Amino acid sequence: MKEVAVIGVGMTKFGELWQKSFRDIFVEAALKAIENSGVDHIDSMYIGTMSSGLFVGQEHIGAVMADYLGVTPIPATRVESACASGGAAFRQAYFEVASGHSEIILAGGVEKMTDGADVTEALATAADQEYEVYNGITFPGLYAMIATAHMHQYKTTREQLAHVAVKNHKNGSMNPNAQFSFPVTLEQVMKSTMVADPLRLLDCSPVSDGGAAAIVCSLDYAKKLKKPYVKVIASAQASDTIALHSRESLTALKCVSIAAEKAYKQAGLKPTDINFAEVHDCFTIAEIVVTEDLGFFEKGKGGAAAENGVTSIEGKIPVNTSGGLKSKGHPVGATGIAQIIECYEQLTGNSGERQVKNAKIGLAQNMGGSGASCIIHILEAI
Amino acid sequence: MITPRYHREIPQRHRLEAGKCKQCGHISFPPRLVCPKCKSKSFETVNLSREGKILTFTIIRVGPDKFSKETPYVVAIIELSEGRSANAGVRLTAQIADCDVDKVEIGDKVKLVFRKIQDEGKSGLHCYGYKAVII
Ligand SMILES: [Zn+2]
Repeated sequence: MKEVAVIGVGMTKFGELWQKSFRDIFVEAALKAIENSGVDHIDSMYIGTMSSGLFVGQEHIGAVMADYLGVTPIPATRVESACASGGAAFRQAYFEVASGHSEIILAGGVEKMTDGADVTEALATAADQEYEVYNGITFPGLYAMIATAHMHQYKTTREQLAHVAVKNHKNGSMNPNAQFSFPVTLEQVMKSTMVADPLRLLDCSPVSDGGAAAIVCSLDYAKKLKKPYVKVIASAQASDTIALHSRESLTALKCVSIAAEKAYKQAGLKPTDINFAEVHDCFTIAEIVVTEDLGFFEKGKGGAAAENGVTSIEGKIPVNTSGGLKSKGHPVGATGIAQIIECYEQLTGNSGERQVKNAKIGLAQNMGGSGASCIIHILEAI
Repeated sequence: MITPRYHREIPQRHRLEAGKCKQCGHISFPPRLVCPKCKSKSFETVNLSREGKILTFTIIRVGPDKFSKETPYVVAIIELSEGRSANAGVRLTAQIADCDVDKVEIGDKVKLVFRKIQDEGKSGLHCYGYKAVII
């Protein structure tokens, strides 16, 4: 297997991009990544999109994007793994480079969620359509049930959930690409509209449009380009039951702990070796559970860690320095790539105000459904 | 919901038919072709007990279009009284009907009842299934 690097990244601003089409959003991100990397061509590309069919009525995304990016006839494939589609696209690019089959691959992700589709219904297709969604559960509802169980079992508090939102908005306020680039107070979170008890509006990631792209190549090729690059030292993935109710534990995400174990083993690292992490905070409770299942904190201590500032930029293990899905936005298919972008920016020292000191190793955790898929990458500064 | 898709699920939704693994006794609901515990492909059909308890729940305040007229409503994960011993254990997701949404608690004992769940489009089939009521 060849060693793999990321040599350039690009993304659109995340938000309600009324003036931009689905395809133009992707092309904008892809062009920025290509320009940023300095490559003169790409050999193939993978595009993560969760539900373009429901959101904009378009499938066959590989071809659409190759056409509009002007790179036909290279191979171009859409990759889908619900909210982990971006991470899955990156992982395919990683494999194609690692195998030696191709030299330079574009891994991208895109979603256009504001074109008028019933977003709640479209997102719910990542859960069990016949045995969860049929009975009236929503996506916030699934994570709300995890939150209810976590609060019951570990005495996690409503305020601790709110602290995650406050921290991520604070980080996002320093990210010019964030959809909600402004801070929120604990009181604002606690008084926001109830969506699915105990989760309120400000516990939920927003509905967003956006695109993100990363250029993946062999380490040898990256060295020749004389541009900043980072090394991919682990790529791991795990699955779990599609329905939340089928899982042994309602307070732990087994796909996260299993993928994490594989990733740490591959990189020869322990959780304490990670300097910062981008995690899938689709809802505040998700960040709490994921930081526990990544091994950063003991089970049940994730809420206290958020409350005590352990996960803030100045904390022991900064989490979601980009603002996370909560503040940066969650154009579903683009999210996994945007996490890689934040790792790249941090590891190359380009994160400006939100730069983590001595950032050498970053982890990106992307999740699909209520925890039925998890994809983890670990990146290292050169 | 599309008619043939709904029709296929009727044994599960109306009669709570599950697949009991002939090799290890694990009960799968809905029935599956492969036992998730022992990988056996041999099952007998059993009907689930209708009683259980609430493991976790939420109150849906913002629903999908189809359910938006019913908010607020409670959805819970229920463990049926088959229990969750090594070889059994059935959990499912269902609405808690006829309740004061603010009074529902983890551990509440419930009974599954036959109810209308949703409609297929504006003029299509009524789609039925199970909801739970607190006992
Ligand atoms: Zn079995």
